Amino acid sequence: MSFVEYGDTIKNGDTAIVFLGHESMFPVKVQHGNVTQTKYGVIRHSTDLIGKKYGSRVTCSKGGWVYILHPTPELWTMNLPHRTQILYSTDISMITMMLELKPGSIVCESGTGSGSLSHALIRTVAPTGHLYTVEFHQQRAEKAREEFREHGVEHLVTVTNQDVCKNGFGVSNVADAVFLDIPSPWEAIGHAKSALKAEGGRICSFSPCIEQVQRTCLAMEEYGFTEINTLEILLRVYNVRTISLQIPDLGKAAEDNSSTSFDCSNPSNQGISCVNLQQGTVQFKSGVPLREMVGHTGYLTFATKS
Amino acid sequence: RKIIFEKQWFYLDNAIGHIYGTTFEVTSGGNLQLKEVVEETTTETKEAGADNRNIVDDGKSQKLTHDDIKALKDKGIKGQEIVQQLIENSTTFRDKTEFAQDKYIKKKKKKYEAVITIVKPSTRILSTMYYAREPGKINHLRYDTLAQMLTLGNIRAGNKMIVMETCAGLVLGAVMERMGGYGSIIQMYPGGGPVRAATSCFGFPKPFFDNLHEFPLSKMGSLLSGTFSTETLPSEPEDNTLVEEESNGLTGKKQPSLQETEEDSTTETAMEINETEEQETMDINAEDVEFKDIKEKENKGNVRIFVVEKKQWERRKKLIEAAALLREKNADGLIVASKFHPTPLLLTLLEFVAPSRPFVVYCLYKEPLLECYTKLRERGGVINLKLSETWLRNYQVLPDRSHPKLTMSGGGGYLLSGITVVLDEGKSDTSNLEALKMEEPSSKRCKIQDLHC
Repeated sequence: MSFVEYGDTIKNGDTAIVFLGHESMFPVKVQHGNVTQTKYGVIRHSTDLIGKKYGSRVTCSKGGWVYILHPTPELWTMNLPHRTQILYSTDISMITMMLELKPGSIVCESGTGSGSLSHALIRTVAPTGHLYTVEFHQQRAEKAREEFREHGVEHLVTVTNQDVCKNGFGVSNVADAVFLDIPSPWEAIGHAKSALKAEGGRICSFSPCIEQVQRTCLAMEEYGFTEINTLEILLRVYNVRTISLQIPDLGKAAEDNSSTSFDCSNPSNQGISCVNLQQGTVQFKSGVPLREMVGHTGYLTFATKS
Repeated sequence: RKIIFEKQWFYLDNAIGHIYGTTFEVTSGGNLQLKEVVEETTTETKEAGADNRNIVDDGKSQKLTHDDIKALKDKGIKGQEIVQQLIENSTTFRDKTEFAQDKYIKKKKKKYEAVITIVKPSTRILSTMYYAREPGKINHLRYDTLAQMLTLGNIRAGNKMIVMETCAGLVLGAVMERMGGYGSIIQMYPGGGPVRAATSCFGFPKPFFDNLHEFPLSKMGSLLSGTFSTETLPSEPEDNTLVEEESNGLTGKKQPSLQETEEDSTTETAMEINETEEQETMDINAEDVEFKDIKEKENKGNVRIFVVEKKQWERRKKLIEAAALLREKNADGLIVASKFHPTPLLLTLLEFVAPSRPFVVYCLYKEPLLECYTKLRERGGVINLKLSETWLRNYQVLPDRSHPKLTMSGGGGYLLSGITVVLDEGKSDTSNLEALKMEEPSSKRCKIQDLHC
């Protein structure tokens, strides 16, 4: 296993994702002799995991079963231990595409935080690119280094423990892209500019508040960035449900009912929706939005240095 | 070569040798290089009104007439100067608020100062351009949705991907960019051949195409049943010409339709869009030339047959390679974005994907994905199914004037994503109905348990 390469079978030392069902999962570090407790019973790593194929179903001691999945940055984002607020895959997707990242890109990032975005960036720039990430919190920087080592991607990333607003990224004229997720990004724009390649590159700043965006945009303009563009992306998830709605009793005779104009009662349309006359209901499939959704994560401001 | 963009025409010759991101101004016919930063002329008279209570719309505020403006234009005066003239001859300009003045100048600049920036093609630029210009060609796949697909599909160097798209090759190009030439891609195509008009706009180096394979969808059945052989390949001569004709027709059609949309579009168009289109037209031209070459060769009797045969043989060889890759059934992911119903595509193509790998299906409409969701649940072998959509909102950020942009896109399509797992023995044998029945309640029970936790 590695976060940058697929493997077929589970090996000692791998990080694997235990999938319990319906968005409930957690990561495990696979180790000989170790056991993991789940609500379906115990998983013994030596016998239940090591040597098995990723994606297989593992039966636990209580007879329940779980799936073991190959780690990906996206699964890691959903399961990582939070040390800070993290970026989720919806924003990460947009950042990756709008920063024009691809294998071989050199990226600067600050702060590292919990490493949610870092894993995604490393995945995209591997095997020839590199990530320079700066985190001013010493413990978090240490923890991130440790994780990158465990996940087999340490050769693709350099973690620096310093203040990006004061000391910059520790590199200059090498980056194709810079990403900022710090409270005062406008103070780091100058450093970002010098970290970017002389021939240009892209920059992105993530801020939850519009006041931060405003100051950042001004700073970007001041430093000669062009194509400044602010956007926001929201994810809507739908539950797939079969819904049945009752037909109101309008006091009409049963014969009348059968001739009511429900197109969907045609056999040709079955499967999409159907009328059940005996119960007086109409059934159909629907994508129902979740009751609550994430309404705001942050504004993404992009710009180009040319 | 003459290129038309936004009612302007120009030659690209002068643009060669400049770095990407250089801005040019169009003069009559050629390209004139322009300084990167133009000193703002707006800072001279900082005289402005506070509100619009005294501004009356009488249609007489602009003292220059239509003909005056036309005369200025015909004289070949710089756009910047025309804008200045317009401002000086506007009686209400001084009474307008500072913000309104700003807006007025911006509007006029857009109209009279024709500047063009030439930028490097990328997924970001091409997908934004296609969505703005030719949404029909890419099934209205909005660029943020494409970004989601690339992430959800865990696209990266070294993967072996299966791609089924009818988005002019844009999705294929995006996948190729993310894979950087490492790994392999098998493109499934309907009809006579894959469409790669958008792919060619990326300007990928040749090695990127070495591990790009294609396989006709119509041969899926025989591949799955094991009756696939080279003899049953699409009958070559007709097919070959068909491919050529099709792509030829497409490229031919492309140019006029692009121009049409240009003229129709009254919406704002980002400057960077320009250039990619230029590139496109250039590439198309190059292709045309190639076609001509081939045709010339073909006209020479025997040589022609030889060329056709050689092409057939090469095509056949590539098909066999693609079939072999598919037969291993260990692809690292599946991306579907087509005009076809997604359910049959997914049920068939998922067979070729290894367990614990992501797949993503795009559809402009939600309903087919609802059905697809249900069918996949019945089939089994997939988990973490998710039906989603993204909303994209652009902002105007200016001092004291920040707000969401007035218009936003109404829809960018829907995605169904999930992860493959090992299909259990009981379920994979579909003839065994009892096993199926046994399986369903237990999985449902499991689901209910999960919901309670």
